Amino acid sequence: MGVLVQERTPYEPVRILEEDGTVVNPDLMPDLTDEQLRELMRRMVFTRVWDQRAIALNRQGRLGFYAPVAGQEASMLGSHFALTKDDFLLPSYRDIPQLVFHGFPLYQAFLYSRGHIHGGQIPPDVHALMPQIIIAAQCTQLAGVALGIKLRGEKRVAIAYFGDGATSQGDFYEGMNFAGVYKVPAIFFAQNNRYAISVPVTKQTAARTLVQKSVAAGIPGVQVDGMDVLAVYRVTKEAADRARAGEGPVMIESLTYRYGPHTMAGDDPTRYRTNEELGEWERQDPLIRFRAFLQARGLWSEQEEEAVIEETKQTIADALKKADEYMPKQTVADLIDVMFEELPPHLAEQKAAFLSREGR
Amino acid sequence: MAQMTMIQAITDALRIELERDPNVLVFGEDVGVNGGVFRATAGLQEQFGEHRVFDTPLAESGIGGLAVGLAVQGFRPVAEIQFFGFVFEAFDAIASQAARLRYRSGGRYHAPIVFRSPFGGGVKTPELHADSLEGLFLQTPGVKVVIPSNPYDAKGLLISAIRDNDPVIFLEHMKLYRSFREEVPEGEYTVPIGKAKVVREGRHATVVTYGAMVHTSLRAAEKLAESRGAEVEVIDLRTVNPIDIETVVESVKKTNRAVVVQEAQRQAGVAAEVAAQINERAILHLEAPVLRVTAPDTVYPFAAIEDEWLPDVERVVRALEEVLDF
Repeated sequence: MGVLVQERTPYEPVRILEEDGTVVNPDLMPDLTDEQLRELMRRMVFTRVWDQRAIALNRQGRLGFYAPVAGQEASMLGSHFALTKDDFLLPSYRDIPQLVFHGFPLYQAFLYSRGHIHGGQIPPDVHALMPQIIIAAQCTQLAGVALGIKLRGEKRVAIAYFGDGATSQGDFYEGMNFAGVYKVPAIFFAQNNRYAISVPVTKQTAARTLVQKSVAAGIPGVQVDGMDVLAVYRVTKEAADRARAGEGPVMIESLTYRYGPHTMAGDDPTRYRTNEELGEWERQDPLIRFRAFLQARGLWSEQEEEAVIEETKQTIADALKKADEYMPKQTVADLIDVMFEELPPHLAEQKAAFLSREGR
Repeated sequence: MAQMTMIQAITDALRIELERDPNVLVFGEDVGVNGGVFRATAGLQEQFGEHRVFDTPLAESGIGGLAVGLAVQGFRPVAEIQFFGFVFEAFDAIASQAARLRYRSGGRYHAPIVFRSPFGGGVKTPELHADSLEGLFLQTPGVKVVIPSNPYDAKGLLISAIRDNDPVIFLEHMKLYRSFREEVPEGEYTVPIGKAKVVREGRHATVVTYGAMVHTSLRAAEKLAESRGAEVEVIDLRTVNPIDIETVVESVKKTNRAVVVQEAQRQAGVAAEVAAQINERAILHLEAPVLRVTAPDTVYPFAAIEDEWLPDVERVVRALEEVLDF
């Protein structure tokens, strides 16, 4: 008789809203005011409009690097809504909406997209790191940021956002393992949007869920319907409350989908997924679902949505104008100046050469 | 003044900085109760507590990421990579993260991190413990690399490194840890990063070197003084990134001959950089080609042949004779 044990996944995604907006799990209904519920919807509408606009701008050559977010609004904004301004964000390059709602000015997001150095200059009152490019590097940094919070005795929480592909990286596990050992206030938030560029999650891991990887680190984990903004809010709030109370880190796996390409740099999703699959996910759309929920309670109207859309367009136009007019333009000398606190002699020499246009 | 070995001088520097600045944290594998595999952190956890001096899980990338996260929160991490051959595991954290933090954040954040690590050949370690990998960090913009050759410099340079607001890789040659003692002042003092030191004056040829090879080069210089009355100047770079090329060029202009000695393999790296810069800045002062004495471009060998593989006094003497007789 064999003695090996195959794991039996105990995880079921937490869900509060059905696809038609009806409440299936009233016991888990978060304690949010009507105004907070409407704000959640406003943020999702804002983000959807922004995403469409960013894709259009990119195609016109008016924006640089951009990773589309449509489909992931509930996952991104529901989780962020459970945090406070003092909490610390470690986003990936796709997680710009959370960064913006954390206080990062939209025009700077455009500067980031265009590759201007000030696009990474997080304002002093915004507690966040710049978007991370190296997959899962933010997970080990999360352990450090959260340990820092704990050592200072602060009641803050740090959260890292990453995708399903990141859970294959050693840094993902190392970060959770460190956080578990040090029992720090950290949330590892995996947005499982099913594809790491083109590789489906089934080819990413033989594990049936991503969240079960938290078991190996000895920390609690939860899987959530990432198209259900109330469920995402609910699980993140519990994780944040727990971390704030000194009870340590949590991993969340949010089941979601990106409707668009991986980035606007030439990815064509029709090469690796079907329109039928996309359609199935669009039927679960987080905005449709939450809109139906709000409308059934008399908290949302078409006119209100129209107003948000118009307001968003104006906000984007203003931010774009500010980014277009932004001074100073970046120079190589600026780059050289920001390598070290004090310019070492070899760089001083190279800077002088650049300034005199004799750079070799 | 006390007589100290280099390892004692390093512990002393860590203690002084832990005492001075509550933001200084010391962590790594086995650095806590055990005091480090070389005892560099001996007694520090006992003195400063587990919240200042602590063990990490066995994961170098995690150690590097932890350091970056703590730096973002205003701490000054002194992270130990147990042996520098293990630095590849932490390369992303150092080269892609810590080294770029100031630039990527437009100056909002910086990484006042010291990555301390033992390295260096001649002590019969297993594989991937002894490698001289400093050359990799000459092509890693945003970090400084410090390699002391004696207890006095080790203490003063480590204090400077901890106070530096940018990432510093601090490499401690294992063969020098306990090979000799010297007078080391009590209390704090600093040795500046980026400043070489003329450790032997001479007017016939210059040896540019660092780390354990400083001692090899000094012995070679003595031999040549005895054998032919040659006066060889020896420069200890002390910091290999950035290189204090001014001190090197000043010496070469006087001696007109130069040999660069490093324990690392030949291609690229510190010796190649020094030779290239001498050519750029002082070629008309040269009476002979700038020669390099290095290990061959192979992987670091198993222990049985490492003594033959590493540059030694004889090889430095031969190179010096070649430039002197050119």
